[in-house]
Amino acid sequence: MSSVATAGEKTAGHTLGHEGEDTGLWSWITTVDHKRIAIMYFVTATVFFFIGGIKAMIIRVQLWNPEQSLISPELYNQLFTMHGTTMIFLVAMPMAVAFFNYLVPLQIGARDVAFPRLNALSYWIFLFGGIYLTSSFLFQAAPHAAWTGYATLTSAQYSPGFNTDFWFIGLSILGIASIAGGVNFITTIVNMRAPGMKMMRMPLFTWMTFVTSFLLITAIPIISVALIFLGFDRLFGAVFFDPSMGGDPVLWQHLFWLFGHPEVYILILPAFGVISDVIPTFSRKPLFGYPIVVYAGILIGFIGWGVWSHHMFTVGLGPIADSFFVAATMIIAIPTGVKIFNWIATMWGGSVRFTTAMLFSVGLLAVFTVGGLSGIMHASAPVNLQQHDTYFVVAHFHYVIVGGAMMGLWAGLYYWFPKVSGRFLNETLGKWHFWTTMVGFNLTFFPMHFSGLFGMPRRIYTYSADLNVDIYNQLATIGAFIFAISAVIMVWNIVKSWRSGERAGPNPWDAPHLEWSIPSPPHHYNFPELPTVQSREPLWNDGERESIQAVTMKEVETEPVMPNPSFWPIVLAFSITLSWALVMTGIWWVIALGIIPVFVSTLMWALEPAFPEGSGH
Amino acid sequence: MRATLLRYSPGLLLLTLVLSGCGVEYPQSSISPHSDFAHIIHGLYTTIFWWTMLILAVVWVLLTWVIIKYRAKPDDPKPKQIRGHLGLEIGWTVGPAIIVVLIAIPTIQAVFATQQPVSEDAMLVEVTGERFWWEFHYPEYGITTANELWLEKDRPVNLRLASSDVIHSFWVPKLGGKRDLNPTVAVREGEEPSYNWLFFTPEVAGHFYGQCAEFCGESHAFMLMRVNVAEPDDFAAWTESWQASPGALAEVQDPDEEGRDAGLAIQAAQDGEIDETPLVAEGREAFLNQATCGACHAIEGTHAQGDRGPNLTLFGTRRTLAAGIMENNQENLVEWIRDPWRFKPAAAMPGTDYDMEGTAGFWPATALSDEQLEAVAAYLLSLK
Repeated sequence: MSSVATAGEKTAGHTLGHEGEDTGLWSWITTVDHKRIAIMYFVTATVFFFIGGIKAMIIRVQLWNPEQSLISPELYNQLFTMHGTTMIFLVAMPMAVAFFNYLVPLQIGARDVAFPRLNALSYWIFLFGGIYLTSSFLFQAAPHAAWTGYATLTSAQYSPGFNTDFWFIGLSILGIASIAGGVNFITTIVNMRAPGMKMMRMPLFTWMTFVTSFLLITAIPIISVALIFLGFDRLFGAVFFDPSMGGDPVLWQHLFWLFGHPEVYILILPAFGVISDVIPTFSRKPLFGYPIVVYAGILIGFIGWGVWSHHMFTVGLGPIADSFFVAATMIIAIPTGVKIFNWIATMWGGSVRFTTAMLFSVGLLAVFTVGGLSGIMHASAPVNLQQHDTYFVVAHFHYVIVGGAMMGLWAGLYYWFPKVSGRFLNETLGKWHFWTTMVGFNLTFFPMHFSGLFGMPRRIYTYSADLNVDIYNQLATIGAFIFAISAVIMVWNIVKSWRSGERAGPNPWDAPHLEWSIPSPPHHYNFPELPTVQSREPLWNDGERESIQAVTMKEVETEPVMPNPSFWPIVLAFSITLSWALVMTGIWWVIALGIIPVFVSTLMWALEPAFPEGSGH
Repeated sequence: MRATLLRYSPGLLLLTLVLSGCGVEYPQSSISPHSDFAHIIHGLYTTIFWWTMLILAVVWVLLTWVIIKYRAKPDDPKPKQIRGHLGLEIGWTVGPAIIVVLIAIPTIQAVFATQQPVSEDAMLVEVTGERFWWEFHYPEYGITTANELWLEKDRPVNLRLASSDVIHSFWVPKLGGKRDLNPTVAVREGEEPSYNWLFFTPEVAGHFYGQCAEFCGESHAFMLMRVNVAEPDDFAAWTESWQASPGALAEVQDPDEEGRDAGLAIQAAQDGEIDETPLVAEGREAFLNQATCGACHAIEGTHAQGDRGPNLTLFGTRRTLAAGIMENNQENLVEWIRDPWRFKPAAAMPGTDYDMEGTAGFWPATALSDEQLEAVAAYLLSLK
């Protein structure tokens, strides 16, 4: 038990919890606390960020000069395949999930997510799935058919060996974590909001989590189905994608992009959510056009389902289909533009403080717009026929994913770090982080527009000297190293500030939302009593703030009852990973045996009491 | 932030300068149209480019203004708490919507303009993607060649695109956009399989670069091609050379083991069709009768009729070797035949001392000696 008065004055080196809270390794393995799970998500995703980044560095060095052969083409193909797969599935998505986990319960005034053990399960599946996928390098059998895994290149005929098995099994495992996570957040947001926290009072970040979660539970099953089809083709002689038997390789592309385009919004909407919270705080103004920004987010989520074939304009679907997807894709640009104008309008007339969090948010507006506009260029199907599968597209989606999704999450990192650790991230290092990111990122990806327009296809091991695109590749390589330095600065800042950063109080930024009404870091039970919310910016209305803080900063005699820790999530996650890994054998009874531990640990989980006995739950 | 924005515009200008000048040539440029198809795309691209620049300018100017004007000052009062403005919301919904419509209309027009039904009078070329090279078949002339596509200036062409293995994509940027070569899906007997098509008219004679634009495996980066758009006279001469030269040897395709070698050499010498240096004769002998080259490669007019690898008829007229990756000369050709995987890993051709177990069968090492290599190369280069 602890109190608010002591929370800010503790002298321990780093403050994850409060007095009396267990911080040993076992407590982390068995934790079901959404905040600890969030921290584990963030740390793991950051490790994978470096693993994916090193692959990119090797790629950039190989492309420094034309007709260079520092590594073999096979290794190169493994590196770019795993760079993409890692950055999407093991970095951008779980990094966003880290924020969902930490913030959603705090923002809606809940003590945890709806299914705490399921939440732990999601994390452990992500960890084990990520390790399994990455371990393929140890066997020199990393996936090598690009992150899109187009049939028939992934067939047993054209990709013999374990490479593609690692890919389809690894992604199948990771899909389970995402679907479970999506279910968890939807349930949490629908059911566990504090009194008065109406949907239209929720912070934008929670709103975007809500939309993203729907995309997760609807889009991920599609790729899972496609991956299982692929598995049957590879291991058991099915012919879903085998043209010689009447199967259709284009079916794969439809399934993949029917997942893949909503996936783009799974990546970007959380970042939109972050900056929709950050910009008002640092402008000292409420979000301009709150309902419009919410509806625009929902609309993007919906229309996002009707644009997948804009990834397939070169496939030959015919002019009618092409026109439909041109129109749908153009339409989706409108709500995105509306959001950008609303963010600018939020700053307009405000008193804008350029903290690092705000710099990353404004930086996002500046560079994401570039990615959005190049997106409009290749949304035009005929233009797409020139740009598709070139470095122009590589430039585009890095502007969207790094300049959008990742910049947004880094804004969130600087904004919420004081809440998580009770300490500020160092602002000087933060500004170094921001400026090296801006310079490195733009120097890496802007020249790629030119190499692409001048005819350099993507996914090529090397390029002919005749193309005269060396200079753009060399600029990109230099930029990539500056960008790598920015990542090191970020980690250094986190480590340093975690230990000795300047102390932050409960609400260091004078922010309006509920998560800032509790001590930093929060108690493991978040809220001693649940506050009652009356507006969208509860902490900016003096009366409301006082009545909320009277509840949220209260000293409690007996702590609220929280769910039991459990080690069944990690056991079940390991069992699930193992059972999937056994699919590689292709022997049906081995696969069947592998399911037994899954059943056993599920059963043990079910029999275990979720709450302490006699707690009334 | 202000500094970033200022840094961008000169950067853009600088790159525009690099783009337009300095005498650098970009043979595979997608913004240098040389066909009707490429012109339609480029016109559309230019229109959209300026629209997006307008939007970018608006966003960046507003952003810069806000950053400068509304930067917090120490004694700032609490800003006015404005929550929205319906008129503005409608404005910045309708404004972009109009621009989007202005982009969408010419786009959809171009979608239909570039995917018209194939015209009957155009020249048909059947393009087949293989890992990692291209086959071009001209039914009209009975020509099958590889990696260097000949087209006639101002004559419309229909490219029928198919693949025999994985997905490839045909892309010669100066002649237009790319289109995938999908593996042909098996259909019931009597039904016609569906193909992709590219239909365009090359407008300028010249030599154009292209390459496979859909990742197709280990040596995807080495699946290049060249397109030779020839003046009508030159094109006619090219097709005629196919009728003349290979036909000379057609009648000596004698299956009789004993008489064949002698028959070939004698016939060739009599007709004077083939440059009869001893090296060439030796090379022909090695190619046709000593090594297994003919199991995969065809040379019209000989008994080498393999269809697994590129057709090598008139090989000496090609500028490039191994799907555009190097100059076609004696030295490169010798090294290529000796060790194809040195240049193109996972290529389906065996080396002199290694077998090739490919997706379509097993091919033993060619076991050619150094002298034979020189001779075979000389023979192939003599096929003009």
